[in-house]
Amino acid sequence: MKCTRCRAKAEVQLRAHNSAFCRPCYVVFFQRQVERAIARQRMFARDEPVLVAVSGGKDSLALWDVLADLGYATSGLYLGLGIGDYSARSRDKAEAFAARRGLPLRIVDLSEVGPGLGVPEVAAATRRTPCAACGTMKRHSFDAAALEAGFAVLATGHNLDDEAARLLGNVLHWQKDHLARQRPVLHPTHPKFVRKVKPLYLVSEYETAVYAFMRGIDYVVEECPNAVGATQLVYKDVLARLEVESPGTKLRFVQEFVRTAQPAFAEVEHQAPGECAVCGMPAYGEVCSYCRLVREVETKRARAAAGRM
Amino acid sequence: MVAVPCSMRVHLRPQHRTVEIAGRRTVGRLLSELGVLPGTAMVIRGDVLLTDGETVEEGDEIEVRAVISGGAE
Repeated sequence: MKCTRCRAKAEVQLRAHNSAFCRPCYVVFFQRQVERAIARQRMFARDEPVLVAVSGGKDSLALWDVLADLGYATSGLYLGLGIGDYSARSRDKAEAFAARRGLPLRIVDLSEVGPGLGVPEVAAATRRTPCAACGTMKRHSFDAAALEAGFAVLATGHNLDDEAARLLGNVLHWQKDHLARQRPVLHPTHPKFVRKVKPLYLVSEYETAVYAFMRGIDYVVEECPNAVGATQLVYKDVLARLEVESPGTKLRFVQEFVRTAQPAFAEVEHQAPGECAVCGMPAYGEVCSYCRLVREVETKRARAAAGRM
Repeated sequence: MVAVPCSMRVHLRPQHRTVEIAGRRTVGRLLSELGVLPGTAMVIRGDVLLTDGETVEEGDEIEVRAVISGGAE
């Protein structure tokens, strides 16, 4: 198989794009896709500092690599989730990546924010799934860290497969409020929110993995131990089967949703957040979902301590 | 000297599992036999990625690295 651009021997075939690429041409192709998404969705300006949330996985490190290579002013943000060896390995990968490229990396560790605030402890204390607890902890921590460091833009490594799986879940359950907020650029609805952008939203998980491999990025290959049995993986499997039968399905599903359907959902979603009575961050109720989680953890710990007395 | 037949070794990541398979076949067929859907794993020989139409054979050390991760909200 030959490279679509230069006719050299191809190393990767992309059925969704009806193309194949050699290594140098693929790196150009991938970076252009990301650059085009940033420009088309007006995610951020060339001279705007961007905080990149990095997990040590392929997507976020590939994103950071592309943005730094394209000349954007980036800093990394690693959030320690307290998931045992997995978190330790993830942090090592993020730190090694930043050190090798001479890029600044900020680290926030949930276990240092407060006792019992690692994701497994929060999930157990609040009887939520680890992924649900993780999402709430991440959203709050990303906003708080970006605000504290003075960034107006936070970029995450959500890719096409993440977005397609999330969209499928939102459609299956007709989560209108979630559909209203599912877009590649989430503009702040409160002065304490930052602009959240997903520059990889149109590149597949396979494409980011190939890019990371070709660029020699050392990432955590192991799956998060909490992801076993996660619903999102079921949706991804269904979408992967559809993709085999009809290449390009995931891309059209997400691209056309963002272009045609999402604005209609966004139009009916007007609720602006107030401020959390506990932490002062934006909240849709009296207390934000993060502080509700923390309160549940504290209550549980207090009860356990009282039981020991 | 009699040639000793050796199978190809396929390392599955992140499962940390290795299987030995005899005979030549295309990467596409190998993935199908392993029950891996196209587009959900990279197939690596040495430091090179292989496309579905390439042939792998006895003596090869192959890594099949899954690319799908999940659990994000």
